[in-house]
Amino acid sequence: MSLIIKLFLAFLRIGAFTFGGGYAMLPMLQKEVVEKNGWASEEELLDYFAVGQCTPGVIAVNTATFVGFKNKGILGAISATLGVITPSVIIITTIAALISNFLEYKVVMHAMAGIRVAVFVLILSSVIKLFKKSIKDLPTIIIFLIILVLSIFTEISSPVFVVLAGLAGFLLKRGDR
Amino acid sequence: MIRLAFEFFKIGLFSVGGGLATLPFLYELAEKTSWFDVSDISNMVAISESTPGPIGVNMASFTGFKNSGVLGSIIASLSLVLPSLIIILIIARFLNKFKNSRHVKDVFYGLRAASTALIAAAGLNIFKIAFFSAETSAFSYKYAILGVILGLILWKFKKIHPVLLIVLSAIVGIIFKF
Repeated sequence: MSLIIKLFLAFLRIGAFTFGGGYAMLPMLQKEVVEKNGWASEEELLDYFAVGQCTPGVIAVNTATFVGFKNKGILGAISATLGVITPSVIIITTIAALISNFLEYKVVMHAMAGIRVAVFVLILSSVIKLFKKSIKDLPTIIIFLIILVLSIFTEISSPVFVVLAGLAGFLLKRGDR
Repeated sequence: MIRLAFEFFKIGLFSVGGGLATLPFLYELAEKTSWFDVSDISNMVAISESTPGPIGVNMASFTGFKNSGVLGSIIASLSLVLPSLIIILIIARFLNKFKNSRHVKDVFYGLRAASTALIAAAGLNIFKIAFFSAETSAFSYKYAILGVILGLILWKFKKIHPVLLIVLSAIVGIIFKF
């Protein structure tokens, strides 16, 4: 099957099962992109997320674009991007057109409450995997802890952290040479 | 409809850092146009959070639909993602050229730690939302038990596809009236 079609379908699946925002996409990305297809490594996913925090646009889409481009150039990027947004467009359009009180269906509320738990567990396991790949020495531990604490207790926006961490990485490693 | 595309292109260009960053722009749109009201927005956010897909795209589809039906939702969504598609392509090309540079590697060494921290922080936020009942804001043992069970399943069956856990949790949620 053409890689372009494979990219589209994989991201279609990813887009269809990401509930609750960009970060929730991570477990699906790890499964489909890293494990099943080897289209990127976990380190690369972290890189895309980092850049995606600082650029305009929805992080899920940005990540799709990165992975698509890396594997099949511009066409791959377009294919992956279209794949990830298609489920949204279809589902939302259907709901908007047919079910005006979608939110009031008890079934939806109950299902969503269950799904939120699953999303947390999945993200937790993703974080553990990523932690092993990104936190390897004292400087990274420090960067991790500082950013974790600051992002919980302050309103500082993510792009700021990313830029500072990049700077820190650059400066700290320079000292090694 | 051209206006629709233009407005969402602008939003796609200027919202940095996640789907909800589109909100201020949507409020502006609600006031500037007759496409939807401010009160529609919180409904749209709730629906966007309850359906799969990136929140920003969901919001665009919804608004586009309200404006011009199916075609509107397609155009709004495409317009939203077009700016970032272009920008990311440029950045990706640039990174490709320089990825073996020592300096780039050093920068990403720091970035990865940051990414992990941000994702962990987001995870904590989700913990708050997931394990506390939506109605009473009290910690829910029901949810916690499901969480532990899912965690054990994931631990035992490391290769399990996330989709299965999501479907399972939805079913449990419905059966046990979460």
